[in-house]
Amino acid sequence: MVKPEDEVLRRQRDRARILAWLLGAFVVLLFFITIAKTGMNW
Amino acid sequence: MPTAELTNPAALPADWRDILALTKPRVMSLVVFTGLCGLLVAPVQLPLVLGFTAILCIALAAGSCGALNQWYEADIDAKMRRTANRPLPAGRMDRQAALHFGVGLGFFSVLLMGLATNWLAALMLAASILFYVLIYTVWLKPRTAQNIVIGGAAGAFPPLIGWVAATGHLAALPLLLFAIIFLWTPPHFWALSLFVRSDYAAAGIPMLPVVAGIKNTRRQILLYSLPMAAAAVAPWPLGLTGPIYGASAIVLSGVFLVLATRVAGNRASEPAQMAPEKHLFAYSVFYLFALFAILVADRWLAW
Repeated sequence: MVKPEDEVLRRQRDRARILAWLLGAFVVLLFFITIAKTGMNW
Repeated sequence: MPTAELTNPAALPADWRDILALTKPRVMSLVVFTGLCGLLVAPVQLPLVLGFTAILCIALAAGSCGALNQWYEADIDAKMRRTANRPLPAGRMDRQAALHFGVGLGFFSVLLMGLATNWLAALMLAASILFYVLIYTVWLKPRTAQNIVIGGAAGAFPPLIGWVAATGHLAALPLLLFAIIFLWTPPHFWALSLFVRSDYAAAGIPMLPVVAGIKNTRRQILLYSLPMAAAAVAPWPLGLTGPIYGASAIVLSGVFLVLATRVAGNRASEPAQMAPEKHLFAYSVFYLFALFAILVADRWLAW
């Protein structure tokens, strides 16, 4: 049986990993949005 | 952390799968699809990344609506078999965390939409979230049997927002797309609520079959299907689409009306004998997907 402390750590690790990926993707998206908007001369 | 606290699943950090479930991904797929179609039929071609961002924002806003809806209705969801295993009623997630997640996601989607496309699209996105959460979930749903009729407007916003994100202004075609989804929502949800009405009755939600009875609901389904079919066909005679869409809309809507007529003629009161209602519900999902996909195909072939 999984110990509660291990379960907390596992969930925190999973969430931190997903959040890191999402933040990374957001930075890349913002970069491309800026390029696109600059190209459209808005 | 004390062990007693750990025995309560809601005291644990929520699992990412539960956070995802909070956004109602299956409902989101229809919202994203209709929003994408609104964007694709617009006469202005957005750069790919901005189009992608607009759709992402619509998806995030839909996720925000799902989370806030589940936050507000956690007690009601616990009483219905269909929804009892959702993260909040099942006790796998803290209710306050769901509220923070929903509000944060909503703000983020509106801000990103404004920055990436235009502020009219962002304003409409904010209005759709507020309409769904405050007007539908909090105000109408627990009070009136017409909840779906007016609340259907919330689900009808995405093609309008997709169009405005691309063009920056409103036009006749996206307003007709809004009307199609608005009029499609009552027959779609009432067909479902007929064969799960005991769930709604147990939860005390005044859905039409619970308040007005099965026979009346079946008649209302047929009554709403008629203007829905008219709205679906209308873009063709108005010159907003080509004959491919026109012919397809007539056939698809014709089948919808046949199924709605079968529902109206059904006399069964047991869910097991409600095959016409189940057929209409399943077909209604296909109908909307097909109608919008053909609309996009028609516009693209015409260009």
